[in-house]
Amino acid sequence: MTGTAQIVVVGGGMVAHRFVEALRARDADGRYAVTVLAEEPRAPYDRVALTSYFTGRDPEDLALGDPELWADPLVRLERDAKVVEIDREAHTVTDVHGVTYPYDHLVMATGSYAWTPPTEGADLPGVFVYRTIDDVAALRIYVEQRRKDLGRPVRGAVIGGGLLGLEAAGALQELGAHSTVIQFTDRLMNLQVDEGGGQALTRLIEKLGVSVKCNTATQAIKPDKTGRVGRLTFADKGEQLADVVVFATGVRPRDELGREAGLPIGERGGIVVDDTCLTEDPHVSAIGEVACIQGACIGLIAPGNTMAEIAVDRLLGGTSTFPGADTAAKLKLLGVDVASFGDAFATTPGALELTYADPVAGVYKKLVVTDDARTLLGGILVGDASAYASLRPLVGSELGGDPAGWLLPEGAIERPNVELPDEANICSCNNVSAGAIRGAVNEDGCTDLAGVKACTKAGTSCGSCLPLVKKLVGAELEKSGIEVSNAMCEHFEFSRAQLFDAIRVSELRTFSEIIERFGTGRGCDLCKPAVGSILASLYNEHVLAADRAALQDTNDRVMANMQKDGTYSVVPRVPGGEIKPEHLILIGEIAKEFDLYTKITGGQRIDMFGARLDQLPSIWTRLVDAGMESGHAYGKSLRTVKSCVGSDWCRYGVQDSVGMAIALEMRYRGLRSPHKIKLGVSGCARECAEARGKDVGVIATDKGWNVYVGGNGGFTPKHAQLLVEDVDDATVFQVIDRYLMFYIRTADRLQRTAPWQEEYEGGLDAIREVVIGDSLGICADLDAHMARHVDTYEDEWKAVLNDPKRLAQFTSFVNAPDEADPSLAYVEQRGQRRPATPAERAGGAVLIAPATLEVRS
Amino acid sequence: MTVTVPATAVPVCDYDALVPDLGVAALVGDTQVAVFRLDDGSVHAVQNLCPFSGASVMSRGITGSRGDEPTIASPIYKQVFSLITGECLVSMDKQPVAGGPDLAVFPVVLDNGQVMINLAGGE
Repeated sequence: MTGTAQIVVVGGGMVAHRFVEALRARDADGRYAVTVLAEEPRAPYDRVALTSYFTGRDPEDLALGDPELWADPLVRLERDAKVVEIDREAHTVTDVHGVTYPYDHLVMATGSYAWTPPTEGADLPGVFVYRTIDDVAALRIYVEQRRKDLGRPVRGAVIGGGLLGLEAAGALQELGAHSTVIQFTDRLMNLQVDEGGGQALTRLIEKLGVSVKCNTATQAIKPDKTGRVGRLTFADKGEQLADVVVFATGVRPRDELGREAGLPIGERGGIVVDDTCLTEDPHVSAIGEVACIQGACIGLIAPGNTMAEIAVDRLLGGTSTFPGADTAAKLKLLGVDVASFGDAFATTPGALELTYADPVAGVYKKLVVTDDARTLLGGILVGDASAYASLRPLVGSELGGDPAGWLLPEGAIERPNVELPDEANICSCNNVSAGAIRGAVNEDGCTDLAGVKACTKAGTSCGSCLPLVKKLVGAELEKSGIEVSNAMCEHFEFSRAQLFDAIRVSELRTFSEIIERFGTGRGCDLCKPAVGSILASLYNEHVLAADRAALQDTNDRVMANMQKDGTYSVVPRVPGGEIKPEHLILIGEIAKEFDLYTKITGGQRIDMFGARLDQLPSIWTRLVDAGMESGHAYGKSLRTVKSCVGSDWCRYGVQDSVGMAIALEMRYRGLRSPHKIKLGVSGCARECAEARGKDVGVIATDKGWNVYVGGNGGFTPKHAQLLVEDVDDATVFQVIDRYLMFYIRTADRLQRTAPWQEEYEGGLDAIREVVIGDSLGICADLDAHMARHVDTYEDEWKAVLNDPKRLAQFTSFVNAPDEADPSLAYVEQRGQRRPATPAERAGGAVLIAPATLEVRS
Repeated sequence: MTVTVPATAVPVCDYDALVPDLGVAALVGDTQVAVFRLDDGSVHAVQNLCPFSGASVMSRGITGSRGDEPTIASPIYKQVFSLITGECLVSMDKQPVAGGPDLAVFPVVLDNGQVMINLAGGE
């Protein structure tokens, strides 16, 4: 081929995104340039997570993949460029602005539109569909406005009780509206669950305050006296008051462009393609919901992604074909787990159904098996879908042992341990099989979860399969003789979590006793600080107590942050970022007197750089005398609680975020942990404190606080996930107490909350069960442990200043305590000093020599 | 056992002033030396200058062992060195800023409760 061929993708949804991502990942030679023509005024976003727009409230949160993709020189994204015409002879498409784009290959990815049955009143103000960000944004504005106008909670009605209908009902609840789901058929989610599952689902959903009306056909939507939606009338003559109506009655393929261009269209719509996603025209493919493949359009993301991958593979000369759609689905609707997979309705001849129902707990589970009860064919899980990740890949395989193990609550009978077949699909988002994961270990030499994720993409989209991937990787490494070592270092064969338990149970309190009992050798720079941290977490004694000083990294040993030239930075605590003028002045005075470089930190406090070891006690004497205390900027411990100004001053704030931030910072100050911990508190949903970028983020709502966990900035940024909603102050403290203590007890060395949460078996759902449902029965213990921490807190710096023995550690030279380190050298920059570079030292450009020591009084 | 104290050895502190596993810095002439008393009672001295950062900080590192070799880790980028030979055992995939990766080791003599360091005996 000469030059670069031009691909045009019509449509800017999730499948278009996957197509471009896969093309750029695989087309290393740059054979193709790709232009995406999107109708919406934005880049592709995660439509599946649309409802989170109401909790996260930030369209950015819905962004898909790495935004750098759109900056690739071979990728062009045109937003607000709805295509209106395709000329297959000229090989061009034209958008709504009259711009014409030539193509060598055309990819149709126009997706679906929300279909509404012809209904009287469907055009009234207050009737919505649920498909795009603009749809949900309009719905939100309308509901909020109606609530103000009416002065009471808004009544919502959702027509359609499928997946999307329940999502919409959840969104209405989230907006403070009361919602009723109106379903034409006899049960909710009739495409995914059977009668028993539908009943369980209805009970669970009603418990959450959503009303459910099944077997009900909506006849008309009637206006109120202002001309807006007022009520619904039903075929059975019933009526229902409603201020807002959402249609969730299914989707239809957007195949009109294909029709007009003369491409064959399926019986029930959709552009007809073969198993390679090619239409009748060899220069046109169709992928995703608009494609009629193997006789049907499929409205799920996983098959859409598969089609995108196939289209790319074919363009690059590959031979892959569409394997048939895996219609398995696992969802969390309004906090209720629902999963359906394989032959869920037992249509296979002779199939047996094994069911388990617990109406009190709201659990319904069904396994469909072959007539000999050995091979799994499919299943339905409502209320508890924890077994889904293990069961779905087993479809078509022998279950091994008693299938009841999968139905009864976890732990009731032991679940059979089955070896998954290589062809079992583990990650349905990215279509990764068990064989591919094993291959990553055996052939590509991956030795951990992170490596396998990077190599296979398994678990990189929704992440629900990660526990299973981790298990597979572990088993495979073990088989190939590679020992899966959790050992911290050569001195301890334990992981940090195991060592934590060992130390807690044995009640040993010194490193020498601990290494003698549980380890070998003298320890090292890995295990010593870890043991120091565990002892501090357990007993909250001073970091320099007994033989502890020698365990600490230099930062903890001198309670300051070592900088590149061996001097330190000093950060006093500024709880919640609230600081009195006299403390600001004091910091300024100290910085001037000791000639320290000052900078505002990212955690809303002030850092003073360039303090020598021997200067630290004099600096801290001044700070402590004025009532300031250690900010633990040096510790693997709570750093700061960042806050916005909140309801005291802000026109928009709904809660006192500063007060909450101060309370949290005072509660957890000095708490030693596997890694640093940062918190944030925002006074309203605008989230000015960027709390969702923190390990724990607390965000005000009209009714209280939402608590998010497991966020961080840094190398791999992560947004924190919702742990609990609309809780009061006391509950905020309680859930954070337990979450942090559970993290401290079970995380690996230097593992932050986000990866801990991701790798914990069962993920955040399982952690929520532990810290709220008390599934391990340890909540009282976690509470007591945190209470002990809060009660025994003392300022580390104050304690050291009162102890001449520990103060002796802060000496420049043991034989010349009045000499400052002569190797320090600085230059001036923007009116302050900074360490001289090696070139500046060599060139004699050093301007500021170290001052001689003033004698400490 | 009697020890001969070399004429070039300089006293830096009392042995009792050293806390096990907590290093101190000493100034011997113009040279900064990091001095460690380990929990077995032995005393070791190496250059205080960290080869990988150029900062004089080795005295503030963490002591430990790799196998039977007593070690010191730099507090800046965590390289690990032998306290016996000064050899850099773990480079953390970094290059020294100037010169070689290893630490100079200085002989230590205990005399009458005094820690004496002999710079001339250094390698």
